[in-house]
Amino acid sequence: MTTTDERELTAAASQLSTAPVEDAPRSPEPHGGSFGRELVTWARWFWRQLTSMRVALILLFLLSLGAVPGSLIPQNSVDEIAVNQFRERHGTLAPIYDRLQLFDVYSSVWFSAIYILLFVSLAGCIIPRSWQFVGQLRARPPRAPRNLTRLPAYTTWETEADPAEVREAAERVFRRRRFRYAVAPAGDGGGAVSAEKGYLREAGNLLFHIALFVLLVAFAAGNLFRVEGGKLIVEGGGFTNTLTQYDDFQDSAFGADLDSFGFTLDDFEATFEQSGPQRGTAREFYADLTWWEGADGERHKERVEVNHPLQIDGTKVFLIGHGYAPVVTVRDGQGDVAFTGPVPFLPQDGNHTSTGAIKVPDYRDENGKKNQLAFQGIFAPTFGGFSDLSRQEGMVSQFPGPQYPALFLNAYRGNLGLDSGVPQNVYQLDTEDLKQFKAEDGQPLKQMLRPGDTFTLPNGAGTLTFERLERWASFQISQQPGNYWALAGAIAAIVGLAGSLFIQRRRVWLRTAAGADGRTVVELAGLGRSESARLPEELADLAVELQTGGAPAAESAESAESGAAGGGSAAAGATSVESVAPEQPGSDEPGPDKPAADAAAADENESESEEPDEPEGPEAKPDEGARA
Amino acid sequence: MNIAAATNQNLADISNVLIYSAMAVYALAFFAHVGEWVFGSRSRVATTSAALTPGQAAGADAPAVTVTVKQRGGGTAVLERPKVVTRTPGGGREVPDGPGAAGGDEQGDVYGRVAVSLTVLAFVLHAGGVLTRALSVERAPWGNMYEFSTTFSMVAVASYLGFLVAGKNVRWMGLPLVTTVLLDLGLAVSVLYTDSDQLVPALDSYWLWIHVSLAIACGALFYLGAVATVLYLFRDRYEAKLADPSGPQPGSFAHSVLARLPAASSLDKFAYRVNAAVFPFWTFTIVAGAIWAESAWGRYWGWDPKEVWSFITWVAYACYLHARATAGWKGRKAAYLAIAAFLCFLFNYYGVNIFVDGLHSYSGM
Ligand code: HEM
Repeated sequence: MTTTDERELTAAASQLSTAPVEDAPRSPEPHGGSFGRELVTWARWFWRQLTSMRVALILLFLLSLGAVPGSLIPQNSVDEIAVNQFRERHGTLAPIYDRLQLFDVYSSVWFSAIYILLFVSLAGCIIPRSWQFVGQLRARPPRAPRNLTRLPAYTTWETEADPAEVREAAERVFRRRRFRYAVAPAGDGGGAVSAEKGYLREAGNLLFHIALFVLLVAFAAGNLFRVEGGKLIVEGGGFTNTLTQYDDFQDSAFGADLDSFGFTLDDFEATFEQSGPQRGTAREFYADLTWWEGADGERHKERVEVNHPLQIDGTKVFLIGHGYAPVVTVRDGQGDVAFTGPVPFLPQDGNHTSTGAIKVPDYRDENGKKNQLAFQGIFAPTFGGFSDLSRQEGMVSQFPGPQYPALFLNAYRGNLGLDSGVPQNVYQLDTEDLKQFKAEDGQPLKQMLRPGDTFTLPNGAGTLTFERLERWASFQISQQPGNYWALAGAIAAIVGLAGSLFIQRRRVWLRTAAGADGRTVVELAGLGRSESARLPEELADLAVELQTGGAPAAESAESAESGAAGGGSAAAGATSVESVAPEQPGSDEPGPDKPAADAAAADENESESEEPDEPEGPEAKPDEGARA
Repeated sequence: MNIAAATNQNLADISNVLIYSAMAVYALAFFAHVGEWVFGSRSRVATTSAALTPGQAAGADAPAVTVTVKQRGGGTAVLERPKVVTRTPGGGREVPDGPGAAGGDEQGDVYGRVAVSLTVLAFVLHAGGVLTRALSVERAPWGNMYEFSTTFSMVAVASYLGFLVAGKNVRWMGLPLVTTVLLDLGLAVSVLYTDSDQLVPALDSYWLWIHVSLAIACGALFYLGAVATVLYLFRDRYEAKLADPSGPQPGSFAHSVLARLPAASSLDKFAYRVNAAVFPFWTFTIVAGAIWAESAWGRYWGWDPKEVWSFITWVAYACYLHARATAGWKGRKAAYLAIAAFLCFLFNYYGVNIFVDGLHSYSGM
């Protein structure tokens, strides 16, 4: 290939995309100028590097690499308990991890640095590319390279028609196929038509990258302004949306401004498949709420389900869990009721084997002395036996529904540690200052209770009665702005991506020259982005159409003929799509419009050039034209 | 209720029988493919070496095709559809595709056809197994890893057969695909087997159909892309050796096998097209997952391990696509990225489910 050829080819392919030109990573040459000028040079160099494809590539790679540790090491933002367990197990590693922010990867300095750099790079890339694209939309397709045989797809034929007729026919074909085209004046022995199509690819690509930006901003805003808390409510209980009502709460970066509302849990239902392979599957699973806005607004009823939250203003109330709360009554050593009410137990497995604690801080013992009483135990909605048979311990449930509920308790007395100031887990006992009740044989006292049963402590120390069962449901209440922006960004990104990956941008050139024997030699060549599988196919279609005179093969040669014979007005001088082409007999029929789907299929469909088209009858021809 | 339960149990049993039968037929297809390759090795393939011998002009010509057009006066004439000469842009190697596993050997070809027929049969059994499983649990069969794995390989085989039906040159993929499908099903029925059972309510949503089915389909197609990429790496090295006769030459076994594969550029193109076509769908899969997470857990993105690895996979594929568009990163480097991206997908699929705890471990609410 000669160097002229090469240069022309490069020119022909230039601006086929808006990708930044990749130049070798050169550090700026020492200018020997003032310090200020040198600084500017360096800054410019740095900016060019940052916005190059290569650096974007490296940053993307780093981003995926950087996300890895966060999925393998427990994260504060996801599961604080797991982090604490990890700390206990790995005494030496934990401080190092802390130093590297490995428990907070996604908000760490280094992770933020990667994605901020990436998005600066993205912005620095989008802006010039958008300008470039606007420029391309106004420019004409580049001139034909001298040597068309060098292009990736090439074909040639001879025809009786004279060169100007062929070029006019080409214009018609290009127009019908929605190419942008430009006619170069006839030079020595013939002229050329350049055409280009598939600009939507670039538009899609830009849309995708801009949408990513929107998505990131929405995500960041959402996280900054997000307020979220959890609340466990027993049937009949209620909630008003104020800070103190939450079981746990995560504030936004700027302090919470909570929507004002409240609700009560009227009913919670969970029914389960009783038998068969799906035994235990939740069949129905919902909470019926009554809610109101403001302090005491109008009451509304609503059913909340797992994938169907309640939305009030910008706040959503999600049903995230459920369980059982045995209702117990505890009488103290004096026979007085020391505690009565439902006690939520937390499920530990799919069959709702649950654990919990009953704490009775106001208790007098058999001698009337003030003390504290506690029970710790397991609850099974459907008693399924003991996991430790010999000691009758470790009860498990065999079904999540309340078919044979049983409560299994140990009893303690002493200091519950409620005054220590350290927040306590309500579902667990801190047994440090507690003394366990012992049975006569010296073994810890324990008992399994069915609803209605009473657990009697020795020496008249008190009783506990398992009255009945209630259900509880836990809710997550979150207020997060920006969700719709994120969704819009995501959808735009997908649309843009589809355009960017499924549409081909390609150029086609046609050149006519007078042959030796008075016939016209037509050359047609195409160039696409590197993966233009359909290009040869399209070129062949174009060639067929041109040989029939610029009308789709379907239409009678009558019109094709007249089309080639008439006109001539556009033979000289550049014409582009925008200019209003004079009416031509051959082109005024509604040629089959190019189906949009064709472009979309371009990349997915492989070239099937080895598949010969069957010789078809004339009736089949409209198809041929439309398929193109 | 009990009658229904019994039918469900029956269906579950039928499903297992079907999956085992499918494995047996896949095994036969495997042997038939091996036969195809063995018999194919008898033929002397010289196309690749010939094309790469310096001085040899090459260029894949599209065959001439005739097109009938109406002529003036209503008659018809047969018009020659012009020959379109194509060449690899950027002055890459111009090598024709290898002849395929059978290598032009007639007996090998018969074995190959038998293998494809067996694969079709096995696929029917396989699909039946997945379907009965779904019926037995009255939901989408994507509740646990056993179900993921069986559906995953089913979609991979379906895509492969789809490519074959569409007339694509993909039979070279038969042997590696059937082998890995056997492995996958073997793992599924032995290690990952779970009795058909319940679904936690969080999974019980129509998003399960959209999100999980898409994830499985994307994975299966990414897998086909990855197979093509691996073969591309071998074939590319092979072509590079042939193109440089003074350097070390491929061994006779390597030569026999690799010469029959499609050209490196064809494999590369195939892999790119598959990966690029799947990428928007993978993006949509993640977005669908986020929408679902928003309605189930109250946040669309929470850096749960499964989410993290979907994201990593996505970024890795974006990396690959960027590499393809960046001068100096095309070819082998991009191929390594594609393989890394697929490994991320696999890790998300197996690794995260097995080794990492998270909301997606489906341990219940
Ligand atoms: C947030 C990170 C980014 C993601 C996820 C991303 C993703 C993508 C994807 C999927 C494509 C399609 C590839 C193709 O057409 O084959 C693409 C193309 C492109 N990206 Fe990005 N990109 C990101 C950042 C950037 C940055 C920072 C730049 C600036 C240098 C950039 C420049 C480009 C260019 C120029 C193309 C078009 C290449 C072509 O025309 O083939 N991207 N990007």
